[in-house]
Amino acid sequence: MAREHRYVGKNVIRRDAEDIVTGRAKYVNDLNFPDLLIGKVFRSSEPHAVIKSIDKTAALKVPGVKAVLTWEDVPDWKTGVPEVTRVLDKKVRFTGDAVALIAAETEEAADEALSLIKVEYEKLPPVYDVEEALKPESPDLYDEIKNNLLPSVDPFFGPDCLSDLIMGDVESGFSEADVIVKDTFSYENIPNPIPAEQPGVIAKWEESSGGAPESVTLWVSNQFPHLNRMILRSIMRKVDVRIIGNHCGGSFGTKLMSWQVQCYAALLSRAALKPVKMIYSKEEHIAAFVLRPGSRLRAKVGMKKDGTVTAVSGDWFVDTGYYSKTTQLQVAVGCGEAQIAVKSKNWNLKTNIVCTNRNASGIVRGFGGQELKCCLFPLLSRAMEKLDINPFDFFKKNFIRPGDGYYWRDGVWYTYRGIDFTKAIDAGAEKFGWNEKWKGWLKPASVNGVLRTGVGMGIHGNADVGEDVSEAYVRIHPNGGAVLFSGVSEHGTGQVSNFMKMVADVLRIPFEKVTKSPTDSLVNPNEFGPAGSRGTYAIGSAVINAAEDARNKLFEELAPKLDAKPQELDTEDGFVFVKDDPDRKLHWSKMGYDRSITGFGVFEPDFTLSNCMISFVEVEVNMETGQTRLLKVVNSTDVGMVIDPPGLKGQLYSCLGSSGIDSALFEETVLDPYTGHILNANLIDYKWRTSLELPPIENVVFETPMDSHCFHAVGVGEIATSPGPSAVLMAVSNATGSWIHEYPVTPERLLKIISEKTQKQDR
Amino acid sequence: MSDFNNKKSDLPVTVNITVNGEGFSFEAGERKDQVSSSETLADTIRNRVGLTGTKISCNHGACGACTVLMNGKPVNSCMVLTVECDGSSITTIEGLKNKDTGALDPLQQSFVDHTAFQCGFCTPGMILNAKALLDEKPGATPDDVKEALSGMFCRCISHYQVIDAVMAVSKEKD
Repeated sequence: MAREHRYVGKNVIRRDAEDIVTGRAKYVNDLNFPDLLIGKVFRSSEPHAVIKSIDKTAALKVPGVKAVLTWEDVPDWKTGVPEVTRVLDKKVRFTGDAVALIAAETEEAADEALSLIKVEYEKLPPVYDVEEALKPESPDLYDEIKNNLLPSVDPFFGPDCLSDLIMGDVESGFSEADVIVKDTFSYENIPNPIPAEQPGVIAKWEESSGGAPESVTLWVSNQFPHLNRMILRSIMRKVDVRIIGNHCGGSFGTKLMSWQVQCYAALLSRAALKPVKMIYSKEEHIAAFVLRPGSRLRAKVGMKKDGTVTAVSGDWFVDTGYYSKTTQLQVAVGCGEAQIAVKSKNWNLKTNIVCTNRNASGIVRGFGGQELKCCLFPLLSRAMEKLDINPFDFFKKNFIRPGDGYYWRDGVWYTYRGIDFTKAIDAGAEKFGWNEKWKGWLKPASVNGVLRTGVGMGIHGNADVGEDVSEAYVRIHPNGGAVLFSGVSEHGTGQVSNFMKMVADVLRIPFEKVTKSPTDSLVNPNEFGPAGSRGTYAIGSAVINAAEDARNKLFEELAPKLDAKPQELDTEDGFVFVKDDPDRKLHWSKMGYDRSITGFGVFEPDFTLSNCMISFVEVEVNMETGQTRLLKVVNSTDVGMVIDPPGLKGQLYSCLGSSGIDSALFEETVLDPYTGHILNANLIDYKWRTSLELPPIENVVFETPMDSHCFHAVGVGEIATSPGPSAVLMAVSNATGSWIHEYPVTPERLLKIISEKTQKQDR
Repeated sequence: MSDFNNKKSDLPVTVNITVNGEGFSFEAGERKDQVSSSETLADTIRNRVGLTGTKISCNHGACGACTVLMNGKPVNSCMVLTVECDGSSITTIEGLKNKDTGALDPLQQSFVDHTAFQCGFCTPGMILNAKALLDEKPGATPDDVKEALSGMFCRCISHYQVIDAVMAVSKEKD
């Protein structure tokens, strides 16, 4: 019989808790070095132009300025898929693109130098619309890419990377349908997760020595030090890269795409041979750092009366901004996730990843699936309306069950071997009161003068809970303690503490006796990092395996001394004992005071499990002002086992922010089509939810054991934001009685739709 | 203060502030070792006093990450010029712990107990705003807490757990 866990599943105070509440926790901008220079970027005022000349002579004369670099001064470092985006280029492709880099002894000197740089541009016409950009007459952003259409395959996911969703026979599918609906929906408000901490880095360049190559050490802010290193190695080629992680002040996926700020600082450090700190301003964070990809779906669906989707066919346009590094990966995962939520034998969903003249899209939680579903679910809703199908019945019928399958990101078909989520789906609906509130499509749940309420729901699942490789070491010491060597850094989920809890539970030692190595790519084994909710299952498995390996090695070491076989032994609080005769025991110190034992654990990718999140929302729309208020949210999930109750609660509450539910209500990045400027690149004009507007959120969490690892859990944090936005769109459509085709449901947009409808009725 | 008043007009102006009970004296001026007229209190605290618990995020008074208590009232320290702070008593997140016992302030302890943070970047600002509220109104209600924290930008949405943590310390009687 399994013993009770001491820490996993319990409220254990996070290891960094006191550091955080006392201000001791160090984020990258809190680090300081002797001779540290400040790095700044001179940015383009033009959305699309060739740089004819740059005059940096005056900037170089400013006292304290140590380096001014332009595209002519730097190596030809390139990245992107394909590799066409240069770290500094003679062409600028969005308003805010980097033109020159400055390193100075003080911020004031750097600012003064910035003001003295003179650039002459040869302006080119810009293009901002994803379909417009595809037209032959539109300007091409890159000579190498025709009509701004990027290849849809990223070799990172293998040669058969899922690039489109094509299977079965859509024509025969449509012929079986009771209704066919064709429409266009778009989630193109390019919301920005905007973690509180802005992107930044400290880079220290080292010249080659003793035959070793040139190297650069970077103190970064993100949760993926090894992946970060891999990206930089692919850009800097022969340069050795060491990544040191710190507390990360929020990422939501975005900060993996920090290669630019990191390369800028590295190049400046290379030129000045001093460490360089570069921290983006909030304006740069919003206007020159990565956004969520834009998503537009022009498609048709066929559906039967019983809610069977017979076919989906059309074009998914994905706006990636001025380059792509991860959009192909997001499209692959998005196509996979669509199949987890919607069963259809016939798909012909072609994807188009398109460059436009705005800042680039990057990774954001929801990773492709949220973007696609924000368009696909409203389209399916229109078919449901025609057949009078309750969306709850539809999603319950369509969500993945054991034995179903999907083509995942690598183009391979996987049969799902996880649990049936029906219990969570049902319980969420009951907690919300779905049956009482659902009045039918395009019908408000209640009407009170100009105020109307409406309800909506969405669902999301992701088989990336077991993506990619993780490695870990656990070193145990004669004093009865253990050190976990893992490449993760804490970015807010509490997972670093959770992995230490797992070590403590496997080794049956007090949590206080477990520590973790510094997050340093030189020290730790390879770690993909917490992404796609993979932390609990993938990283957790590597950690558990490493702890078990260390424990088994310890048993082998001490078995002869206990006159027993290793498999007859167990351990508790630093003592190894014979299971059948617990008095025969030895302290770990008997391994030798001058020894340690290191276990190694690895996790191999497994795409046969998925998580699940269902969100129900109720909104109130003021039909006179167009104002929408979020009245209530119920999230429901089944996680196998809760590892950290308050941490999970926090992840589920986070469904609102970081471009989740609020990206349907008011969050948007406003791009001026005349200048290419982002008009709300600050925290006053970019709208975000304050503590005065918190709706009640209820979370329903089940713990049906899953076949993952010894704790039978999978992660769920990443997808908390994903079902909400389309649920809001559904709720507002129902409240107003009109289909809403775009996000967010701003008063301006709603009033236009409401008045058009009234005019139609008047006619 | 007395120093300041006794100075002759041609000598550099001195700004005296107390940070977490410790006195600091800065000369105003444009040299690197002097506080310029445009230097913000946030920068002075971080770069001269060396306390980095005060975070700079938006740097224009919209997010609350840089909140400190100035004579007991919360201010966005990125919007306060250091040269205007002469004679002020500043409390930063580092100053809340009991100096003698080393114990956390009850609010800090409550944040720990409730895991009232995720990434932690806004947490110092959250705690200091809550501290100012409870100092002024020990029986604060949940609505008071929401109002007091309404200037705090938190993208992890730690607010729900923060409100629980603050209410656990509030002397409000239902």
